[in-house]
Amino acid sequence: MNADGRYVLTVEGLTVSFDGFKAVDDLNLYVEKGEVRAVIGPNGAGKTTVLDLISGRTKASAGEVKFKGHELTSLREHEIVRLGVGRKFQTPSVYESLTVAENLEMSYPKGRGVFGAWMFQRTSEVRNKVEETAEVIHLKERLRDEAGLLSHGEKQWLEIGMLLIQDPELMMLDEPVAGMSVNEREMTAELINRISKGRALLVVEHDMEFVKRIAHLVTVLHQGKWLAEGKMETVQVDPKVIEVYLGH
Amino acid sequence: MAGGANQADAPGAWGPRRIWQRLSSKDHQTTGFLILATLLLVIFPLSMGAFRLNLLGKYLTYAFVALGLVVCWGHAGILSLGQGVFFGLGGYCMAMFLKLEASDPISTKIQSTPGIPDFMDWNQITQLPHVWVPFKSLLFTLVAVPLLPGLLALIIGTAMFKRRVGGVYFAIITQAIAAILSILIIGQQGYTGGVNGITDLKTLHGWDIRTDRAHMILYMVNVCLLLGTIVVSRRMLASKLGRLLLALRDKEERVRFSGYDVANLKTFAFVYAAVLSAIGGAMFTLQVGFMSPSFVGIVPSIEMVICAAVGGRSSLMGAVYGTLLVNFGKTFFSERFPELWLFLIGALFILVVMVFPDGVAGIRLDKIGGYWTWLRGRLGLGGAKDAPPGSSPPPVIGAVDSSALSAGSGGGVVGGPSTILPSVSVASERSAASRMKL
Repeated sequence: MNADGRYVLTVEGLTVSFDGFKAVDDLNLYVEKGEVRAVIGPNGAGKTTVLDLISGRTKASAGEVKFKGHELTSLREHEIVRLGVGRKFQTPSVYESLTVAENLEMSYPKGRGVFGAWMFQRTSEVRNKVEETAEVIHLKERLRDEAGLLSHGEKQWLEIGMLLIQDPELMMLDEPVAGMSVNEREMTAELINRISKGRALLVVEHDMEFVKRIAHLVTVLHQGKWLAEGKMETVQVDPKVIEVYLGH
Repeated sequence: MAGGANQADAPGAWGPRRIWQRLSSKDHQTTGFLILATLLLVIFPLSMGAFRLNLLGKYLTYAFVALGLVVCWGHAGILSLGQGVFFGLGGYCMAMFLKLEASDPISTKIQSTPGIPDFMDWNQITQLPHVWVPFKSLLFTLVAVPLLPGLLALIIGTAMFKRRVGGVYFAIITQAIAAILSILIIGQQGYTGGVNGITDLKTLHGWDIRTDRAHMILYMVNVCLLLGTIVVSRRMLASKLGRLLLALRDKEERVRFSGYDVANLKTFAFVYAAVLSAIGGAMFTLQVGFMSPSFVGIVPSIEMVICAAVGGRSSLMGAVYGTLLVNFGKTFFSERFPELWLFLIGALFILVVMVFPDGVAGIRLDKIGGYWTWLRGRLGLGGAKDAPPGSSPPPVIGAVDSSALSAGSGGGVVGGPSTILPSVSVASERSAASRMKL
């Protein structure tokens, strides 16, 4: 397969088993540049585990994950991040005691070593980038506020911003609209459409209306296995998918 | 929009907090630093006799350990119960140099092997062991004092943190290392002086360190090193590195997934603390005139943690005051009620943990409106509590989110199979609405 040219991310035969239980089983996944891919499936389908495997949080039992030609399964988390893979967690994970600006600055991809961080200076370049990012994630007015004071939805945006400032080529978002109001979901969908330019997005989400709005392609997982893939309209009338969601 | 309403609330609701932030800003910290410097450099030396001042100097060497713990434990969240190891190693390095200088062939001519430390002679050792030879050089010793303990910490830190050993397990391992080293020192009497330690230290490069004048000079050197350490540590903690240490204490995964090697950061904090402890140990040997395994083992290591806790484990200045308080308390009480002291220090630790988690530094903070922050932290409430109702659910409800689809598929049953997925979205909108009521 002509993987390297077309696809940012190729996952082949990815398998992980925990004490014999296969949480992800022989999964193949190809994500193109500029694509927003949604991964859906009932609870326990292994969606978050797939993100864990790609980001190095969980080690794969078998299979390979290639990102721009680099094999990720043998790398450690921070090395994967440095290659350009960003990951947002299911529950918003921001530094609550720091301000929004500091949160973004901490994620700025300079001064990542011990002494680099000690000598890190808040240059105008950094400041501009922080402001620019804050603008994109609708938090420009709140730069000086402590992140702990943000609403749940705003924290989700902040975490997206923390990925964005690293300018990753692959962004993985785990339930980006969980706990958001209708209005915030709307804004997040817009945000995702805007930031997907020039990079690939892999989104795990339960909210089907939201998935419909953002995803170019949808991959359905069931019990760790690939079940269906295609456009949302096709997938949602697929009898296999309907059966999985309904049960017997 | 939630953001706007929240913003309007912010200045009013966080008034006291803002005031505290202003007070604890750079100027305020500088004032605190100047007060400490004046106390240590002027007021104490003028008001205390030679004996008390030497005692104070001894306690201030523990303050180096406490400062290290502020960085390592208070900021990076790594509890080490083995700081005595590094204090001891630093102290032993210095003691070895001083002992060799005190063991010149003339003053040891009655030994069967003149020119080696007395305890070696008593243990039938006839030649200076190889590990002792480099310590004839002052330069080597001065380099070894921070370097050897730092290297040991680097090895321990790398081995533990790369394997993601942390928390209680790390604390237990450091404690075990403290036990191992003190047993090793006691067991290898011929090489280390055993349980008595290395005693009868006399001169540093020909300069008698036992006179009152020498004590005074060493005290001043000690204080200057301590103040310098505070300045450097404060800069470090105020840099991005310091914020990273704090961040990894609270959100380790986020730091790791922002492209940082968490193991390296933790190892740095641990090595930093070890080097400070070692400097303290060397200053201890110089001022007190001996070094023994009783400063290496588990008990002194834990006492040092208590000092840092009493001072306020994330406050540099607090660490100094905490150390002085605990140690003068120890001297005072153990003179009068020797059998009660251990219970007392235990009770003190419990009191600090339960009532004043921010130690001495925290009590002042409570008075200046920081109380609210503290309470908020204790109750584990995030900012969500202050967001206007409806803007977002409190974090606890997050657990519900992950089951949104299962709730949704319930809605799907009602809607009928052909429209399953769209109806899921309706259901999850509904569940979003119900969540907002929560």
